[in-house]
Amino acid sequence: MLGLLWLIPALPAAGFVLLMLLNRRLSRPAAAWIGAGSVGLSALVALIVCGSFIVSPPAGDSYHQVLWTWFDVAGFAPTIGFYLDAVSVLWVLVITFVGFLIHLYSTEHMEHDEGFTRFFMYLNLFVASMLVLVLADNMLLLYLGWEGVGLCSYLLISFWQKDPQNVYSGRKAFIVTRVGDTALIAGLFLLFTQLRTLQIQPMLAAAQHSFVPGSAVAVAAALLILGGAVGKSAQVPLQTWLPDAMAGPSPVSALIHAATMVTAGVYLIARTNVLFTLAPDARLVVAIVGTVTLLIAGFSALVQHDLKRALAYSTISQIGYMFLALGVSGWEAGVFHFMTHAFFKALLFLAAGVIIEALADEHDIFKMGGLVRELPAVFWTFTIGAAALAALPFVTDGFYSKDLIIATSLGSVDGSLWFYVGSLVGAFITALYSFRLVFLVFFGERHTEVTRRPRWRQLVPLYALATLSIVGGLVWMPGWVSGFHPLEDFLDTALPQLDLTSRYAAFADGTGGAFVTILIVAVGIGIAWLLWIPWRKSTHAFSESPAVRPLAAYWLGGWGFDWVYERVFVRPVKWFAHAARNDLVDYVVGGIAWLNVAAWRALSAGQTGRLRAYVAVAGFGIVLVLAVVVLR
Amino acid sequence: MILVLYILIPAVAAPVAWLLARRSPALARWTAVAGTAVPLVILVAQWIAKASALQAAFVAKGPGPSGLIAGSWIAHVQTTWIGSLGISFFLAADGLTMIMLLLTFALGLLAVLCSWRGITERVGAFHFMILWTVAGLAGVFLSLDLFLFYFFFEMMLIPMYFLIAVWGHEKRVYAAIKFFIFTQVSGLLMLVAIVALVVIHERATGVYTFDFTQLLGTRMASGTAFVLMLGFFAAFAVKLPVWPLHTWLPDAHTEAPTAGSVLLAGVLIKIGAYGMLRFMVPLFPDAVRDFRTVALILAVIGIIYGAIMAYGQKDMKRLVAYTSVSHMGFVLLGVFAWNSWALQGVILQLVCHALSTGALFIMVGGLQDRIHTRDMDKMGGLWQVAPRMGGTAMFFAMASLGLPGLGNFVAEFLILVGVWQVSHWAAVLGAVGLVFATVYALWMMQRAFQGEETHSWSFADLTRREVGMLGAMIVALVLLGFWPQPLITTAKQTVTGLQLMTGQSTLSWGPTAEAGGPAAGEAALPAADGAAGSTALADDGARQ
Repeated sequence: MLGLLWLIPALPAAGFVLLMLLNRRLSRPAAAWIGAGSVGLSALVALIVCGSFIVSPPAGDSYHQVLWTWFDVAGFAPTIGFYLDAVSVLWVLVITFVGFLIHLYSTEHMEHDEGFTRFFMYLNLFVASMLVLVLADNMLLLYLGWEGVGLCSYLLISFWQKDPQNVYSGRKAFIVTRVGDTALIAGLFLLFTQLRTLQIQPMLAAAQHSFVPGSAVAVAAALLILGGAVGKSAQVPLQTWLPDAMAGPSPVSALIHAATMVTAGVYLIARTNVLFTLAPDARLVVAIVGTVTLLIAGFSALVQHDLKRALAYSTISQIGYMFLALGVSGWEAGVFHFMTHAFFKALLFLAAGVIIEALADEHDIFKMGGLVRELPAVFWTFTIGAAALAALPFVTDGFYSKDLIIATSLGSVDGSLWFYVGSLVGAFITALYSFRLVFLVFFGERHTEVTRRPRWRQLVPLYALATLSIVGGLVWMPGWVSGFHPLEDFLDTALPQLDLTSRYAAFADGTGGAFVTILIVAVGIGIAWLLWIPWRKSTHAFSESPAVRPLAAYWLGGWGFDWVYERVFVRPVKWFAHAARNDLVDYVVGGIAWLNVAAWRALSAGQTGRLRAYVAVAGFGIVLVLAVVVLR
Repeated sequence: MILVLYILIPAVAAPVAWLLARRSPALARWTAVAGTAVPLVILVAQWIAKASALQAAFVAKGPGPSGLIAGSWIAHVQTTWIGSLGISFFLAADGLTMIMLLLTFALGLLAVLCSWRGITERVGAFHFMILWTVAGLAGVFLSLDLFLFYFFFEMMLIPMYFLIAVWGHEKRVYAAIKFFIFTQVSGLLMLVAIVALVVIHERATGVYTFDFTQLLGTRMASGTAFVLMLGFFAAFAVKLPVWPLHTWLPDAHTEAPTAGSVLLAGVLIKIGAYGMLRFMVPLFPDAVRDFRTVALILAVIGIIYGAIMAYGQKDMKRLVAYTSVSHMGFVLLGVFAWNSWALQGVILQLVCHALSTGALFIMVGGLQDRIHTRDMDKMGGLWQVAPRMGGTAMFFAMASLGLPGLGNFVAEFLILVGVWQVSHWAAVLGAVGLVFATVYALWMMQRAFQGEETHSWSFADLTRREVGMLGAMIVALVLLGFWPQPLITTAKQTVTGLQLMTGQSTLSWGPTAEAGGPAAGEAALPAADGAAGSTALADDGARQ
């Protein structure tokens, strides 16, 4: 059964090729069947393969399948090969199943779009690339998937390419992530030079053998990998592309910019955890990046007007939680939050897509309102998603994973009070902004007419993801609730176990810590209710008051990162490209040509044809020569 | 004798095409197809026949440096030409030659095909020039006699000059003269260096010879060697082109007819890389090593400067031309890194760049035939008009920015891995160049194909002939992206031979695993301490 592994990425890839070749000859239903069908089949194969992996784990708790040697130059021989272990099983299942649900949703969401086939073509290529990324047995193939998803992200953000603004957003995403990729590729050079292989497992084994913990080379390798992860996962300081990425269709935001691609950085760091274990300084940087990101993105989410942008900032913030977990060696906690986040965030984006569609492309939450009666199914599913995002205790999956991260940030040996406080403040803001969205969108006065209602192909994914957002967290319950944690046991086969042994561990991992989390979330939701239900008018007045407005504007604009980058990087390059358009070097070449012409003019000016002038010059010359000879 | 055919067939087909054009232009076109396709078929047949010889392990045949180069030959022809001066008609082929010839004939064929509709004036003369260029190129790649090499090097200049000056665009005469002067002057510098080298060799041995294999290892003062090396470097640096000697290229590529641009970008500029690999480094290894830092700096400047220039252009063809400056910077980096990874990367880059940039020139040419402009200000939204064209352009834009899965990525990655062994900063800056490549490639796509279509263009999408040409190039790039091994195997003996030749003069630039045993193989993996690292960082990291 495990031998079918290669089919999982191959099926969507085949879907892509088929859609590309047949393109215009396909009817819409045919394109939908190929597009969604290939991913559905892939999900089925994934279920069989991963099922058999879980039921009867292969030796070493991993399965390795080499298709062919990519190339072989002087001992550098990366393979086209796949590696399945607990981590990749989890990612594969999420990608294929959430991916399939989103494809199904898209068949209805995009049904009137002129680029219907093109949409599924890109989406299939994305799923294939993402699967290659998480299944790759070597860093170079991982990088192939890594860039492949980047390409699809660009293509899909700028999918409605008639609007230059959308294309700009797509380009921005591609270029900013590629800045991070430069660090990653330098990391590959370093790792290969030091360890002589990029095959991930042998490479990590070699690192463990030859890198001294805390040594410069280990830290450098880990930091360079982090550079790539920061770009792809939209973490500070390369987070600026993700809010703009919302220019793409909503299913794209759900699949690529929430559930899967943006968590590739989390995957990468979890996958190379050995390197980070050898580099405590790099781990600290990961944790700080995560904490800073989760806070500033949280504040930005709080003041957004655009529904999707608010969700985008919340994605950045939630991935910040995952980074924080990874940074304090809570590898499994980070991976757990990836899974739950994939469920509830995909749900939120899909629900947002229905809302925006229903309101004739209205994105502004202040122009929504009162949708609770109009779109009850969306209300319930969106609220479940928002509750999971806010980590509503016990009944949502987000609670279990976020509480684990909060506990780890204090309880882990790498943890600290700073991270703990940061993650609690983040949890409070998250509760606040999640329910701000719920209250503003679904309650209060209705501002815009509902013109369209979802049918089954949109509703089924919503229901399915809502169910997963409720029960998805039950696979890993906290110790004080129950001893049921199969996910932890499963992940233990591939990742280092959680090590909650700091002096605060007993508190953090016990009822005390849980009580604090629950209290903060409950207070957050309560305040959100107060602010945006009974006190809505005064809240609005407060946010418009001169004292608060500049701060809100600052957060709204993403803390000025774009402003700085525009001035430090974009404008100088643009200015130089414009100023030097005619090639500065060519002026030198032109100058030489000009000198020649000038010399020719000067000399030919002497060719007057007048004998007197010639004699005069000759006489002058003779005098000059004689003078030089005599006076010497 | 097969080697002679590679030059003879296009050379003979050239006047035939000119003569037949009087009867009908179609006959000239078909003659030109035959004149490039027949040698292509012969080449592939020879390649297959010699596949096992190419795969065999490298064995030096005979003592001395000439024995080393002999180790990688699969065929050669040598007869005296001007005996008193030691000039011989000396052709030889190894894996690298086969690859370069493949490029020559394949792109020659594409050049003929892409002019099928666009060229209607003086069809006979046009195809004469194309075929004559192809013959000259084949000669350049086959010659091992330096005089013969120089002869062919100059010979293909003239038809290329006419291609630009007669069938080019608005500023064709300016561009053609610029191209000619740049190449001619730098070629003369090389000629001086060749003659000086021959004289020095004669003083030492008493024999006049232009035979490269005999001239190898000629002893001379290091200062002399450096100056002579610069003579060769000048010629090849102009061809490649190396910043700041590149300014002929944007003009020539832009003003040339599509076929000319395809041949220029696809094959002609590759002579620069080929000449460095084949002649410059083996003849003057120590001088080259002394020059390395300067070359790496020029390469990095070229990569980034070329990319920024590309971004600044309005003329789409000029944009594509500047991308060549950027991409050839990688080639220069790789040549001066001179380890197996870098060299294999360079050879792969030559092939992949020829395909991706050649295709972009064909696309721009096709677009110009349709809308009679190359100005991107007048484009925009063309995807809606011609979606197949848009998608195809997107593919080649991705190849240009080094997307993994396409051959260009493998090439650039190998080069940079090789360069990293020599200089970390050069590798990193080269990788930064890929970010700039993203900037210009996406900007080009946006300006030409995305956005709103406001100029109410209406024209036919890619024709069947164009789909055939571009489709073949797409398939080739994807194949090279996932399975470049056939090319790597073909070039392996050459690369090993080159490294051994230069290794004799105390050159050890990074690992040479294929020649030097298990130094860099997988076998060294567990013993990663010390032995694994050729960089300073290794010593910090190594346990013990």
